[in-house]
Amino acid sequence: MSDETLTPTPAEEAEGGRRIGVYVCHCGGNISDYVDVEKVISDIRESGDVVVSRTTMFACSDASQQDIEADIKANNLDGLVVASCSPKLHTYTFRGVASRAGLNPYEYTQVNIREQCSWVHTDDREGATAKATALVMAGIGRTRNTIPLEPMVVDTIPHTLVIGGGIAGLRAAIGLADVGLRVTVVERELSLGGWVKQLGRMYPHGKDGRRLIEDLVAKVKSRPAITVLTGAEVVGKAGSFGNYHVSVRVGGEGAGTIDVAVGSIVVATGFEAYTPEEGELGFGTEGVITLPEFKELVDGASGPLAWKGRPVRSVAYIYCVGSRNTAGCSNAYCSRFCCASTVQTAVQVSGLDPSVRQFHLYRDMRTYGKFEPLYTEARDAGSVFLKFDNDEPPTVAMGANGRLTVTVRDLLTERTELALPVDLVVLVTGMVPRENAELVDVLKLPKGADGFFNEIHPKLRPVETVVDGVLIAGACQGPKTSAESVTQALASVTQSAAILKKGFTELDPLVAVVDADQCTACGDCLTTCPYDAIKMSESADRHFATIDAASCKGCGGCIPYCPENAIDLLGYTDAEVTAMITNMAEVPV
Amino acid sequence: MTAPAAAEPGAPAGEFVPRILVFSTNNISDPGVDLAGSSHMHYSPGVNVISLPCTSGIRPSWITHALEAGYDGVFIATDGEECAYLHDCAKRSNRVVQIAQKTVKERGMDPGRIRVAAICSVCAEPFTKHMTTFSAALKAMGPAKA
Repeated sequence: MSDETLTPTPAEEAEGGRRIGVYVCHCGGNISDYVDVEKVISDIRESGDVVVSRTTMFACSDASQQDIEADIKANNLDGLVVASCSPKLHTYTFRGVASRAGLNPYEYTQVNIREQCSWVHTDDREGATAKATALVMAGIGRTRNTIPLEPMVVDTIPHTLVIGGGIAGLRAAIGLADVGLRVTVVERELSLGGWVKQLGRMYPHGKDGRRLIEDLVAKVKSRPAITVLTGAEVVGKAGSFGNYHVSVRVGGEGAGTIDVAVGSIVVATGFEAYTPEEGELGFGTEGVITLPEFKELVDGASGPLAWKGRPVRSVAYIYCVGSRNTAGCSNAYCSRFCCASTVQTAVQVSGLDPSVRQFHLYRDMRTYGKFEPLYTEARDAGSVFLKFDNDEPPTVAMGANGRLTVTVRDLLTERTELALPVDLVVLVTGMVPRENAELVDVLKLPKGADGFFNEIHPKLRPVETVVDGVLIAGACQGPKTSAESVTQALASVTQSAAILKKGFTELDPLVAVVDADQCTACGDCLTTCPYDAIKMSESADRHFATIDAASCKGCGGCIPYCPENAIDLLGYTDAEVTAMITNMAEVPV
Repeated sequence: MTAPAAAEPGAPAGEFVPRILVFSTNNISDPGVDLAGSSHMHYSPGVNVISLPCTSGIRPSWITHALEAGYDGVFIATDGEECAYLHDCAKRSNRVVQIAQKTVKERGMDPGRIRVAAICSVCAEPFTKHMTTFSAALKAMGPAKA
């Protein structure tokens, strides 16, 4: 990349036994706008064992990765420190850099100077710079004490559990079966299809949602590799990455469970439609309905519309109801699908009866991407668009004559106040996350502030979660259209295949180990592991505790119970953590 | 987005900035600490975080070492009930804290320099508040190292 500005610094001859390379990232300006990265480098370069130290504009860029690889090889480095963003983002990136350059990936330390430094100290450049130096010194201290480690190899089960039988779950199931994996689909409802099954004509192909789902269900049924469980819920999960044992309850509360052994899990549990609060823009008044209710009416009509026996001659749509809220209320996000869905429905209404008057009251019209022609189509068909100020939303009132009146100040005509008598008011309601406390509890899935499931990285790892082998697809991750949900479903297929098709996976060898020489065989640790990883072993002359690497989960929970300090957690050893603390404390704030 | 906490102006030169060592956890509390950053909230630059798999694996000696090496307080950001490893994580983490508190008390330090609280993966605001109140409390106590 051309925006790389690597600043080489003269290589210092290492004093101690280690040869460490330190890279401090600008992250464009995300770090360097608030942290003096050059000062960090000049403060750490003399600290011993540091052979190469540089700043880099984007450490994660291909060019920068290649430069680091070249440095490792040219300087025969045996340790690597990258100070950039959270380890959640690029630990595997830089482990890969190390591996490609012949350096053991566990000899690399990630230092978080973005989320935990520059971004929380945007008001204090001096403080942020001193802290970044301290954190980098901790990284150097840790790296001095690292040892080469080899990943553990475990077999994986070529079977994926798909939770949710909507369009995303169904498409994922078909894709998974077609790459040769076995699939179990768990659907809470008694039938498959989710929201899309209830939809009529969809843009741009004009196909019915009902028909789309029928086709998908037929494809699912024709694939013997797919097992479908309806009226079923996931109630338990045990095991680890590549070898999960999931308990599924089939047949409601109190029914028995079955155990499904799977290598990965695709969560495609979808969304709920937002229900406005009583009185919100007239909700609760006769003739004020939500978008899903209106779509059902339009999809079911074959001629001019009628609501409760009365002809519908005029409709007002009020957009962004329950979405893009800025005043204290939740749902700050845009629900993405609703502008396009409403405009398309309006075109459908014009098709049924061109004389119906339609008013669209919006804050911002977002018929983005390939939906844009819909907007023109609606205008050509006679829809009128009126833009209101977020601080001055429309009001909906029922007159004495039993007719609804929507009053709005239109920003497009110099804030003219318009009173629109209409037969129907459609509140364009968005998506909200599904209430799914039990599933969240079972899978330990993190949710964002908006209540939707969180991916690891929106651009780089959009369907993976912090729970290894548990993937998310569709609107459970955030509001999106059905096309976008299917894209994610197929991404989750690819990710599952990447995990399971090899037949094995490599796990971090960051497990607890016992120093047999220090162990006095007191037995205090034996009852501390719920995974039964600790056993008493014996040699010719003595007893000592040992920890089974395959059973150890790497929590370190046994460590504080050892009176001899004989247990260490690899990757977080006493020497590593103590060095981090000492090094950080030495840098003045 | 959650409203960011009010920005604290940088401390004037020479003023005592309490140093806090935080132990967080890779999967639960550290994402919460990260979220405070991506939400551009603010807390004192005296706060440094070391992330571990689980707070039940903290050696009490790390806590006492931190207070003797130059930190003024240690904050254990546990997973509480959310720990994916151990159902009794909170109990174990509290045991570690109690051992460390007993040791620092014996060495003449205020055991209030060690705090523990559950921080979840979206607990950005609670974490920021904990840091601000802990920092203020440590400021009142003065430096740990005379």
